[in-house]
Amino acid sequence: MLAAIRPDSWNYALFLHVLGAMLLVGALVAAGTALILSWKRREDSPAFSRLAFKTLLFVGVPAWFAMRIGAEWIYSKENWADVPSEPDWLGVGYITADLGGLLLLISVVLAGFGARRLARTDGGSSILARSAGVLALVVLALYLVALWAMTAKPG
Amino acid sequence: MSRYDWLLFLHVLSGFALVAALVLYTVLIAAAWRKDVPADVARLFRISRVGDVLIVAGSIGVLVFGIWLAIDVDGYEVWDGWVIAALVLWFVLGAVGSRTGKVYDSVRDRARTLVQEGSNAPSAELRAMVQDRRGLWLHIGGVLTVLLLFIDMIFKPGA
Repeated sequence: MLAAIRPDSWNYALFLHVLGAMLLVGALVAAGTALILSWKRREDSPAFSRLAFKTLLFVGVPAWFAMRIGAEWIYSKENWADVPSEPDWLGVGYITADLGGLLLLISVVLAGFGARRLARTDGGSSILARSAGVLALVVLALYLVALWAMTAKPG
Repeated sequence: MSRYDWLLFLHVLSGFALVAALVLYTVLIAAAWRKDVPADVARLFRISRVGDVLIVAGSIGVLVFGIWLAIDVDGYEVWDGWVIAALVLWFVLGAVGSRTGKVYDSVRDRARTLVQEGSNAPSAELRAMVQDRRGLWLHIGGVLTVLLLFIDMIFKPGA
């Protein structure tokens, strides 16, 4: 049914948008898991914090841009700018994407400084790395809400 | 929300879980690539448990909800070319994934055994296992298969 109502010319934009979102969620899952594991054992903290930082920076951030550029591309293809009242699901998508982007950026910075501090102290706990882990999980939850809004399209 | 909305959400959510698992495994392989200390390798492989759950849930979810959607939606049939292509790719992914899993499970098990034996010196054998080209190519094959599945889902050739 979707294929019947979606012109072929929209597919490239949708491809970029969804691929970026999938990679972003993957990066958040990997980084979030690493950061949670870093809380458990003192000696594991530096390695897992560094892994989370690199994952967020080298996978999460580029994936966010792919998702966001794809979103704008398909927005223009579907001519939503000409519609006087945008549907709710589109608003949810915008809020979660942009707020999530900001939180992602903060979590990258926190994870980076946290990993650096842990490497210096050779283990232990870092409030920075812990905060980055919590933020990564919040962003992940936001994007799962966005996924629901994008597929179920409430409103 | 209609049944179609729920099915589509669960189908796409499963796809996200599948890709998240592959991203996690890719990060793991990249991070472990230059490691040869058994404790370091064993530590990194602790992250793979989440990937193992996601890959099973995701691959079963995309199949079940995908077939359900193909039956439920009027415009689609299970015997449409792009649906059959997706089913073939799903079986290819299963075959490639199980072989990849065996390669990397053996790396994890060897690292754990060395740690349990108290041997935590850099191990050339472990490094060779981590850098096994067969495992890497199988993983790349799995990633390419999922990419083809994704292209098939978006572009729906012949639909």
